[in-house]
Amino acid sequence: MSLSKIKFDKKIVLSFWIILIALIIAAPTLLPVFRLNLLGRYLSLSIVALGVDLIWGYTGLLSLGQGIFFALGGYCAAMYLQITSSSEFPNNIPEFFALYGVEKLPFFWEPFRSPIFTFFAIWIIPALVAGIIGFLVFRNRIKGVYFSILTQASLLVFFNFFNGQQKLINGTNGLKTDVTQLFGQMVGSESMQRLFFWITAILVITAWFFAKWVVKGRFGNILIGIRDDEPRVRFTGYNPVIFKTIIFSIAGGLAGISGALYTVQSGIVSPQFMTVPFSIEMVIWVAVGGRGTLLGAILGAVFINYAKSLVSEALPASWMFIQGGLFILVVTALPEGVLGWIQGDGPRNLLQRFGLKRKIETYPSLEVNNKEGHNE
Amino acid sequence: MNNKDLLNLIDITVSFEGFLALNKLNLNLKKGELRAVIGPNGAGKTTFLDVITGKVKPTKGEVIFKGKSLVGKKEHKIARLGVGRKFQSPRIFENLTVKENLEISVTTPKSPLNLINKRIKDEQHNEIDRLMKIVNLAQKVDSKAGSLSHGQKQWLEIAMLVGQKPDLMLVDEPVAGLTDEETDLTADLLKSLSGENTVVVIDHDMEFIRRLDSNVSVLNQGTVLCEGTMETIQKDKKVIDVYLGRPED
Repeated sequence: MSLSKIKFDKKIVLSFWIILIALIIAAPTLLPVFRLNLLGRYLSLSIVALGVDLIWGYTGLLSLGQGIFFALGGYCAAMYLQITSSSEFPNNIPEFFALYGVEKLPFFWEPFRSPIFTFFAIWIIPALVAGIIGFLVFRNRIKGVYFSILTQASLLVFFNFFNGQQKLINGTNGLKTDVTQLFGQMVGSESMQRLFFWITAILVITAWFFAKWVVKGRFGNILIGIRDDEPRVRFTGYNPVIFKTIIFSIAGGLAGISGALYTVQSGIVSPQFMTVPFSIEMVIWVAVGGRGTLLGAILGAVFINYAKSLVSEALPASWMFIQGGLFILVVTALPEGVLGWIQGDGPRNLLQRFGLKRKIETYPSLEVNNKEGHNE
Repeated sequence: MNNKDLLNLIDITVSFEGFLALNKLNLNLKKGELRAVIGPNGAGKTTFLDVITGKVKPTKGEVIFKGKSLVGKKEHKIARLGVGRKFQSPRIFENLTVKENLEISVTTPKSPLNLINKRIKDEQHNEIDRLMKIVNLAQKVDSKAGSLSHGQKQWLEIAMLVGQKPDLMLVDEPVAGLTDEETDLTADLLKSLSGENTVVVIDHDMEFIRRLDSNVSVLNQGTVLCEGTMETIQKDKKVIDVYLGRPED
C-alpha cells in the first residue's frame, strides 16, 4: 500500500515538473511577448510564495508582511537600474530627483552604483531586515495571531515610510525600471524581457531545490516540530528562536529575489508592493496550492495570478469575488490545499463518494485521518 | 546539601498572583536515585517540574543542579545541561515518523548548523535502533507518530527522553491511560533506567508507585509533607489524612 502510494506521488510530482519545464522551454516561442512577460512575473511571485510556505506551511508562522521584503528587493534592483541610466540627467542622478529640487544623490544610493553590491543587496538586505524583525519578535515569544498582526503592522510602517519619502525614493510614484538601460539595452525591451523570463525560470527551480534542501532531514523536522509543539522542542534542548529567525530570514531573502525579478518584469517598483491585500494574497496562493508542499506554493502563485489576469480581462472587477470564493472553498473543503488534497486521499475519497471506487475496509476509522498513516 | 546530590530545591516558593502553588518546598535528589512524587490534585506536582525545567520562575528559592543554579535559565539551556522531561499527556511530534522523533531527541549538538549540514552519526543511529527495541516500536519506525496508540505514544516519549541522555529524568504520569500490562512494563523500564540516571516519577497510581519500589515524596499544598519508603508513607498519619485515606481517591 505505502509503496505504491509513494510511487504514485512521485509520478505526479515528476510529471508536473516535466510539463512545467517543457512549458518554460516552449513559452518564449509559443507565447506572445505580453503573455510571456505575465508568465515571467507570476513565476517570480512563486519565489515569494515558496518563502511563505517555508515559514507558514512548515514552521507555522503566518506572516502578513512578506510585502516588506518583496518590495525591498524590488527597490534594490530599481535603484541600481536608475543610477546606471542617469548619465544624461541633471547632476548625473536619476531624473525624478529634479522634481523635488534634490541635487545630490542621497548617501544610501551610492553603493547601488555597483552591480556586485546590488546583486547581493537584493537578497541580503531583505534577509537581514527579516532576521532582525524576526529575532526581536521571536525572542519575546510573540506567536500565533499576535505575530500575524505584528507583521502586518510592520508592513504598514514600511508602506507609509516609502510612500512619504519623495526626496529619497520618489515616494508614492515608485521607481521605474522599464526605460532604464542594462547591458546597453532597454530593460523594457522584448529581448531583455525574454532574458528575464529565463533567469526567473531558472531561479524558481533553484529556489525550489533550495527550499527542499532546507526542509529535508532534521532541520526541516525541527521546523515542523516548532509548528506542532514549540515548548516540546524547547524542552528537548533546541532553541526555537534561532530556528525561527533563520527560516524567517530565508523567507525574507527569497521574497527579495522575487521582488527584484517582479520589478524588472513589471517595469516599476512602488509602495503598492507593500499594501496589505498583496501580502495577504501571497498567503492565499500558498493556502490554495497546498501548505507544506513547496510545489503547491509555486503552482498556487502561478495559476492564481494567471487566472486573475484572464478573469480580469474577461470580466473586470469580478476577480476579488472569485479569489475570495476560492479561498473560502479551500479553507472549508480542501484545508490541505489542492496539492495537499491530491497527495492525500482526496481523489480516492471523491471517487468513493460517487460509488466509483470500493471503500477500503478499516476497523473503526483506523488511521484513515492520517494521510500517510497506511503503513501496514 | 552534599556533594552526592544531583538536585537540591531550596525553599522554593511559587506564587501565582497570591496563590501559593509551591510553598517553601525543599527536596534533595541523590545521583542515580529513583524517586516517586505523589500528592492530591493541586498539590503542586506539575509546578514542581515546571520550576526545575525553567518553565516557571520561582518567586523565591534556589534550584541547584550539578552544583549550578538553574533559576532564570531558559528551558533549552536547562535541557542541554541534562534535565529531560516527559509530559503528562504524551507530547510527541505527531506529523513526524517514530524515527524522526527519536532523531530529534538523540541529535547533539542541537544547533541549526549541525542539523542542516551533517548526516546523523552512526552511534546515534545505533542508539535510535536500541531505543526502538526497548520500547517495542521497531516495526513502527516509519509510521507517523500520530498514528500510534496511546500507550505507544507514551513509550515513544519515554524513548525520546532517554535518547536525550539526561542526568535527570522528570516523568509526569507515564502510565496514565495505559493497560495493566503496559503499566508493569513501564515500571520495569523506569527502574532499569535509575542507577545510571536519576529519575523522578510523578503519578497518582498507587499500584504503579509501589511497583517502582523507591523512595516516595508526598506533596501537599505546595510543600513536602513526608518522605520515605512506601511502607512508611502509608503509615504516616498526615499522609492518610490528606491523601491516602480519602475514599474518593
